[in-house]
Amino acid sequence: MKKMLLASVATALVAGTAHAEDVKIGVIMGFTGPIESLTPMMAASAELALSEVNDSGTFLEGVTLSPVRTDSTCVDSAAATAGAERLVTTDGVVAIVGADCSGVTGAVLSNVAVPNGIPMVSPSATSPGLSTAEDDGLFFRTAPSDARQGEVLSAILADRGITSVAVTYTNNDYGKGLSDSFISNFEASGGTVTLNAPHEDNKADYSAEIGALASAGGDILVVLGYSDSGGKGMIQAALDTGAFDTFMMGDGMYGDALVADLGSGMEGSFGAVPWSEGAGAEAFKAITEAADINGESSFTRESYDAAALIALAMMAGGEATSTAVKDNLMAVANGPGEEILPGELGRAFQILKDGGEVDYVGATNVELIGPGEAAGSYRYYEIKDSTYTTVDFR
Amino acid sequence: MIEFLNGLVALSNFVLIPAVAYGSQLALGALGVTLIYGILRFSNFAHGDTMAFGTMCTILVTWGLQGMGVSLGPLPTALLAIPFGIAGCAALILLTDRMIYRFYRRQRVKPVILVIVSMGVMFIYNGVTRFIIGTGDQNFADGERFLIGVRDFRDMTGLDEGLGVRTTQGITVVTALIVVAALFWFLNRTRTGKSMRAYSDNEDLALLSGIDPERVVTVTWLIVAALATIAGVLYGLDKSFKPFTYFQLLLPIFAAAIVGGLGSPLGAIAGGFVIAFSEVGLTYAWKKVLGYWLPQSLAPDGLVQLMSTDYKFAVSFVILLIVLLFRPTGLFRGKSA
Repeated sequence: MKKMLLASVATALVAGTAHAEDVKIGVIMGFTGPIESLTPMMAASAELALSEVNDSGTFLEGVTLSPVRTDSTCVDSAAATAGAERLVTTDGVVAIVGADCSGVTGAVLSNVAVPNGIPMVSPSATSPGLSTAEDDGLFFRTAPSDARQGEVLSAILADRGITSVAVTYTNNDYGKGLSDSFISNFEASGGTVTLNAPHEDNKADYSAEIGALASAGGDILVVLGYSDSGGKGMIQAALDTGAFDTFMMGDGMYGDALVADLGSGMEGSFGAVPWSEGAGAEAFKAITEAADINGESSFTRESYDAAALIALAMMAGGEATSTAVKDNLMAVANGPGEEILPGELGRAFQILKDGGEVDYVGATNVELIGPGEAAGSYRYYEIKDSTYTTVDFR
Repeated sequence: MIEFLNGLVALSNFVLIPAVAYGSQLALGALGVTLIYGILRFSNFAHGDTMAFGTMCTILVTWGLQGMGVSLGPLPTALLAIPFGIAGCAALILLTDRMIYRFYRRQRVKPVILVIVSMGVMFIYNGVTRFIIGTGDQNFADGERFLIGVRDFRDMTGLDEGLGVRTTQGITVVTALIVVAALFWFLNRTRTGKSMRAYSDNEDLALLSGIDPERVVTVTWLIVAALATIAGVLYGLDKSFKPFTYFQLLLPIFAAAIVGGLGSPLGAIAGGFVIAFSEVGLTYAWKKVLGYWLPQSLAPDGLVQLMSTDYKFAVSFVILLIVLLFRPTGLFRGKSA
């Protein structure tokens, strides 16, 4: 066994020197499973950043970054871990963009990333539990923790004077974390939760859950799920039975298809979604349109930023290695330094090469706090005339 | 009296109507599974994805019809497209049978090998469907959504509680009745149907009495294609079409078929309703209904919920276990499960 390990290490080293110019970045996302309709755009955005790095001509001497995709399945930790293991041992990736859903992200982090010292930047894992996970400084995320979202949602209800709600969440790390955070904030501010019922994604039927929630009552139904999955099913069932008319939605529920499919039933419903506006978002829109990628889809901005941060950290460290990413990522993400928007990575590399400093703003106004996670600004929206109308940012 | 009616309406709206519609959908799916088990003697894991493929064909034709401006008025256009969907699904299934299943049938392999083969087929169908129509949600229902809307019902009757009946729920139940009646007539009254049952009872005797096995197999697959497509389309109209959900439907469908007794068509229908009612009914919170039915002083504060909705899947599997322990052939004496 020892010999075999040695042999494989030797081969890896030889292979490493032979292809020193080609450095692999893992892209772990749920290409199959509950969010399979979001991940193609997320991965495309991350890969857009990598190809921008390669085309810039100012990245590390002769180094190109190439993405290697693997399927996280979003729900199956064993499959995600096996996929990540393959990326690290067979493909030899030095950093990972991903994973996507909170549960599999935690599994990949503790089973693969930490033992192998591979840094991970997740664009979409938002479970509060990941803030305190044992990560040896290897875990970053460009999405804010749901602890913050819980506060935002609770504050929106307070503004509207709603004091009694029923809650349903998607039964996984993300949904549970968000509902816990929301409920503790809401109850602390004097609200009552009549029933907190989980739902499973992609199930055949949601009548049972809606029946129980309708019995429990409440002014509105708070839906903390996924827009193309169980969350939509719950809203559909609630509308059909007349159980609830108004819904407050968490970030996973934001999607154009939801309003298009449910139509007038969604009028007056509201929610919050991590959002960014300003120059960074505009610049991102321009480059995604040029590359023919749907950049308006959920978490595409965060995915681009995750990949861009990895490249910038490598440049700042002067080498395309895991250590360089781990040590420099916080520095390039936050000030001081020249502000960098999407599409300006080439300029950033030049500044870093000349010994300057950069503050990556990116598509989402990246500002990493605490254990390396986005501070996050949220857009509070209301659905009027079948479009998402911004109420304010908070 | 008004109080009692209010309670009854709430119960119908949240338990009875959804469970009947869901039960019919499961029953149609379970019929397909049970037919394959009874006649071809294996559990077809590809059934959920067969449903998805048939539904996909129907959706594509529906879009074509909608594009041409054809509509059924208050009824969904998809009903017109079902025959085309069935044809597409049948073509795929027969092709699969010729290329894959026939080979294993000739080898006279054990049923368990066929089960594994069907899992392989499942993954291929899975991929084909996603390749053609994509992974996302497709909404193809048109026409009137409700027979009776919740608000209309309230205005009409003056009750506090509303009752909503979707057009698709109505269509589901009616179609299920028609399909089941036609299937029973076919199996019991026609020559082909009888030869299928003979083949199912004893393959060798059926061969000796001159029944052409390949013909029986072909007819079975055709019926399965029709059942799968109809079940899939009805489900898709009622909820929405997403390939992944159809894959997940496999579990309650199998539970229904096994509870009823694999191989017994009557059992498949009963099983579908048992599973649907246990999922929806046993986890219902009775607070609202009891609030209407009991005198004010006795009205409950709590939810009066037997168990949380988290356990609804556990419920159907506990029923499955109990049935298998005490009546291994299922409620309606199918072949041993």
